[in-house]
Amino acid sequence: MITFTDVTKVYPDGTIAVGGLSLTAPTGRITVLVGPSGCGKTTSLRMINRMIEPTSGSIAIDGRDTATLNATELRRGIGYVIQSGGLFPHRTILDNIATVPLLLGWDKRRARATALDLLERMGLDPALARRYPNQLSGGQQQRVGVARALAADPPVMLMDEPFSAVDPQVRDQLQDEFLRLQAELGKTIVFVTHDIDEAVKLGDQIAVLRVGGTLAQLASPDRLLADPADDFVADFLGRDRGYRGLAFAPAPALPLRREPTVLLGSTADAARAAAAGETWLLVVDAAGAPVGWVEPDRLAGVVTASDLHRGGTVARVGGSLRAALDAALSAPSRRGVLVDESGRLAGTVRAHEVLEAIEREGPGGP
Amino acid sequence: MTWFLDHVPQVWSLLVTHAVLAALPLLLGLLVAVPLGWLARRYPRLYPPVVAVTGLLYTIPSLALFILMPLVIGTGILDPRNVVVALTLYTVALLVRTVADGLAAVPDHVLQAATAMGIGPLRRFLAVELPLAVPVIASGLRVAAVSNVSIVSVAALIGVPQLGSLFTDGFARAFLDPIVVGIVASVLLAAAFDLAILAGSRALTPWVRARGAR
Repeated sequence: MITFTDVTKVYPDGTIAVGGLSLTAPTGRITVLVGPSGCGKTTSLRMINRMIEPTSGSIAIDGRDTATLNATELRRGIGYVIQSGGLFPHRTILDNIATVPLLLGWDKRRARATALDLLERMGLDPALARRYPNQLSGGQQQRVGVARALAADPPVMLMDEPFSAVDPQVRDQLQDEFLRLQAELGKTIVFVTHDIDEAVKLGDQIAVLRVGGTLAQLASPDRLLADPADDFVADFLGRDRGYRGLAFAPAPALPLRREPTVLLGSTADAARAAAAGETWLLVVDAAGAPVGWVEPDRLAGVVTASDLHRGGTVARVGGSLRAALDAALSAPSRRGVLVDESGRLAGTVRAHEVLEAIEREGPGGP
Repeated sequence: MTWFLDHVPQVWSLLVTHAVLAALPLLLGLLVAVPLGWLARRYPRLYPPVVAVTGLLYTIPSLALFILMPLVIGTGILDPRNVVVALTLYTVALLVRTVADGLAAVPDHVLQAATAMGIGPLRRFLAVELPLAVPVIASGLRVAAVSNVSIVSVAALIGVPQLGSLFTDGFARAFLDPIVVGIVASVLLAAAFDLAILAGSRALTPWVRARGAR
């Protein structure tokens, strides 16, 4: 647990970066600091490992005031990931990851074995171990940055916009991997971002800061979307709050309909027979996973991959209402495709059925 | 050519002395320039005066410096140490700015990350900043090496024997052969220094050539 008690940082020129911040980042959870530039989120983060010393107030980790600890030793016990990766260009990937264990005096073989282990855990090819950072893509470097922060298994991790320098697709992937990893590791994480969508996706709790480093609101993502404390928070959260809030609504049982399908590669006649007069027909692969929609009347010959309409998103049974609603709205047939854990078709659901489920859950989330 | 073949041992001995007189100040100069460059980098206010003063050293004529040295450090007039100390000053003059600029080129996020991982200031300097500044420092060192090889020959005028002695000898006797041999030997020596520093720099910076092999 990390506790900020009335923490203030005033720079020599009189700028108040952080103004009387008090908050608690609970153990094993992700606390996201989010806000516009100049809100003191990075300053707050760096005061935790004393890269920046507070002007007044105190920060405690598990009840111990960090000001009483040796700064170097404190830092070795806290994982740190930054936007640009901060990898050492002159050290191999393996040596980069092994940095803190070696500083802590582990023997070389153990440090390297741990580093190699983490490399694989981050989904990186072990062959990269001997490469240098500039030989890796941005996304790979960022994974190495996370691996390096985790190397000595610190209970606390500080992450300063770790995913904002990579392209959106890679960012999404890194975020998903990060959440999966955190589910296993249960670190106490303080995460800084300027991106409210990232905050909502990753945070167990979100601290919205305003310029001048004061706390505007501290809440779980669903509470934040459902009940912004004031206009500033509401503006910062942006549009579509109701829709985005559905991502957190508990998943009720949706009425699944059986959906006629045809196997990819079937003949047009088989497709027309299966469709039984409907305009759109769902196509599945040999494993039973939905691959797209076709219009049987327009088919000639067999159903090929190039005939598929791929606009429809796919939601998981028991997933969020947002995903289910989006599946229904995005399918050309307006029938939202739901799949089971292994990706096989479970059935379809219509938008009005999802909306009825939302109505039953009541307005504004739990 | 016959003159050269008759005097191989003598030329070789002058070449070795020349090499030592040029190389020793290079090492000593580097040892002095690194902390000075660090100061200029660490305290930005010191950068202009440190770089200006060390740079001015280079404008003192070498012959004057060789002659003044005994007065400053209390050595005899023929002592080779005069040459070593004077050339060390020239090396410092050429290297301080290079070292400071090389250290300044180390990306800030790398330094931040090093600090955040609990790497102390001294270790950070030796294990992160200095290695990353090697390519820049090596380029300065190559300039200083060639400069030293050239300036050492002036010391023949104050009676410290090395390849420069071949020039004074040839001039005194109006005899071209020793002068040509001296020039060729100097150029070869400078080339050898240059290659050695280049090779050393490459050996210390394998990551530079790993670039682009993605």
